[in-house]
Amino acid sequence: MTSTELPMCPAPSEAPRRMPVRGAGRRPAFATGTNLTLGSGPLARILALAALAVLAAAWLLPLLWALLTSFKSEKDASDAAHWVWPGGGFTLEGFRTVVERGDLPLWMFNSLLISTAVTLVTVLVSAMAGYAFSRTLFTGRRWLFALTVAAILVPQQVLIVPWFQQMLTLGLIDTYAAVILPQTVMPMMVFILKKHFDTLPRELEEAARIDGAGHWRIFRSVMLPLSRPMLAAVAIFVFITAWNNFLWPFVSTSDPSLMTLPVGITSVKDAYGIQYAQTMSSAVLAALPLVIVFMLFQRHIVKSVATTGLGGQ
Amino acid sequence: MSAPPAAPRPSAATAVRRFLSPGLLFALPFLALFGVFMVWPLVQGLWMSLTDRSLSAHVPSFVGLGNYAEALGDGEMWRAVWHTVLFTLISTVPLVLVALVMALLVHTGLPGQWVWRLAFFAPYLLPVGVVSLLWTWLYQPDLGLYNHVLSAVGLDGVPWLSNESVALWAIALATLWWTVGFNFLLYLAALQSIPDHLYEAAAIDGAGAWRRLASITLPGLGRITGVVTVLQVLASLKVFDQVYLLTKGGPNGASRPVIEYVYDVGFTGYRLGYASAISYVFFALVVVASVAQLTAFRRREK
Repeated sequence: MTSTELPMCPAPSEAPRRMPVRGAGRRPAFATGTNLTLGSGPLARILALAALAVLAAAWLLPLLWALLTSFKSEKDASDAAHWVWPGGGFTLEGFRTVVERGDLPLWMFNSLLISTAVTLVTVLVSAMAGYAFSRTLFTGRRWLFALTVAAILVPQQVLIVPWFQQMLTLGLIDTYAAVILPQTVMPMMVFILKKHFDTLPRELEEAARIDGAGHWRIFRSVMLPLSRPMLAAVAIFVFITAWNNFLWPFVSTSDPSLMTLPVGITSVKDAYGIQYAQTMSSAVLAALPLVIVFMLFQRHIVKSVATTGLGGQ
Repeated sequence: MSAPPAAPRPSAATAVRRFLSPGLLFALPFLALFGVFMVWPLVQGLWMSLTDRSLSAHVPSFVGLGNYAEALGDGEMWRAVWHTVLFTLISTVPLVLVALVMALLVHTGLPGQWVWRLAFFAPYLLPVGVVSLLWTWLYQPDLGLYNHVLSAVGLDGVPWLSNESVALWAIALATLWWTVGFNFLLYLAALQSIPDHLYEAAAIDGAGAWRRLASITLPGLGRITGVVTVLQVLASLKVFDQVYLLTKGGPNGASRPVIEYVYDVGFTGYRLGYASAISYVFFALVVVASVAQLTAFRRREK
C-alpha cells in the first residue's frame, strides 16, 4: 500500500529527534526535576502513574476485548457466561469465515486504489498550485488565493447533495471517478504548501534561473526535492483522510464491488448481525493495514498529523 | 490562456520574475478541480435550494425561498439542529479536557512513554466503520463489555444505544475514545515547546507543583487550547458517520444530527432541493460558529 510512497520519505532533516511524541530527551530533563509539570515528589509520581494506568486501561481494554472476541467461536461470543475467556478455547473460525467470504480483500483493494489516486492527484495539484501562489505572478493570483483560503471553511458535508446531482448528470455514479474526483479538492493543502514554499530560500531558485531553467525545471529539480519531508507529511495526511472518509464514498456508491473499506465493513453488521465473533474478526482485519503502517512509520504519521493540523472526525 | 503581465508589485520587488503566464498554468489543474468540484457545486447547491426537485423527475420548479420557509417551521429540522449543538457541547468539553490531562500526565516523563502514546492515539487510526462495529459490541446490552463491568460493580446495565435520552451521550463517549488522541498529540507538542528555563526559574523561586501548573504550564497552553477548541467545535458540528452507523439517528430520531437529516431528506426522501436548503442552514451554523470563535480567540490574543 503506502509502502510505495512512505519508504521514500526520508527521515525529516529538520531535527527529527525533537519530535514531540518521541519523548526522547525527557529523562535527563526529568532528572533535574525542572520541567515536571505535575510535581516531582515520589507521591506525585505515583499518583500520576496510577492516573495514567487507569486512563490507558480505559483506552486499551475495548481494543483488547474486541481482539479476544475475534478469536472466539460464535457460541462463546454470544454466551454471557464466557464474556472474558472462551469456554471452548480460541479459534480462527471467525477469521476464516470472513476471509472466505472474500469481500473484505475487495474493499481493501478499493480503499487502497481510491486513497492512492486521491493522494497522488491532490499532492501533485496542490504542490503546483502552492508553487504558483508562492513563486509566480499572474493576473488574479491574490484574488484566487484568497478564494482558496476562504474555501477551507466549506465542509464537505455541505457539498454532498450538489456533488451527487453533478455525478448523476455526468453519469459517473457508481464509478471510481465519482468517489475520487471531489476528494482531490483540498484547499487546506494548497494553503499549507504555499506557506511552505514561501519559506524556501530564493538563492537556489535564482541560480537555477540564471542557468536557464524554466518554472517547470525549478519546480521539479529545486522545489520538490527541497520539500520532501513536507510533501511526505501532506501525502500521509491526505492518504489517511481519504482512507477513513465515509460520507462521500457511502453516498456515491451503491455497488458493493466499488465500496471502500469504511463503507463495506458496515454492511457486515447488517448482514451478519448476530455473529459477533465474525464481526469482530472483520473489524480486526479492517483495522490491520493502518495499524501496521502506523507501527512502521509512527514518527512520520504523527508528524504529519501535527504539521498539517486539520483533522478529527 | 496567457495572462497579461501584472503590474510589478512593491511587495514582490525582491524577486525579478519574468515568467508570468506559467504561474497560471501551474495553478490551473488545481483551479480546474476547485472550480468544478467546489465553487460550482456551491453555486449549484444554492440554486437547488431555491427549487423543488426530486431525484426522479428532472423538471425542477423554482420555489424561491419556499424551502427555507418550510425549514423554519420544520420541527424535525430544529430537533436535528439541537442534537448537533448538544453533541458539539458534550463532545468538545471532554475532548479538550481529557486530552489536556492525558498530555500533562504523559509529559511528566514517567516510564512507559510509548505505551501511553500508543494507547491514547491508536483508536484515532481506526476507520469509522471499525469504530462503530466495535462500540456496537461494547454497548451490547446483554453481552457488551460495559454492562458486564457495571454489573460486576453491582450497578444496573444501561440500554446505551436504545434509550432516547442516553443514545447521544453514548455516541459522544465513543467519539471521545476514538478521537481524543489527535488533541492529545497537539497538546503534547505544545507542552514540549514551553521553555525549560521557566520551570527552572520557578523552582529556584520555590514555586510548588500547583503553582508551576497554574502560572507556567496552563498559561503556556492558552494558545493551543484555542486552536484545539476551534478545530474540535468545527469537527463536532459535522458529526454524521458514527451516529449513522451506531444508531441510524435513533431511537425515534433522538440522536439524529443535521447532516443525517440532510441525508435522510435528500437520499432517502428524494427531496434534493429541500436537502440543499438544510445544507445551507448547516453551513450558516458552521460559519457563525467559526467567526464567533475566531473573534473570541483573536480578542483573547490581544
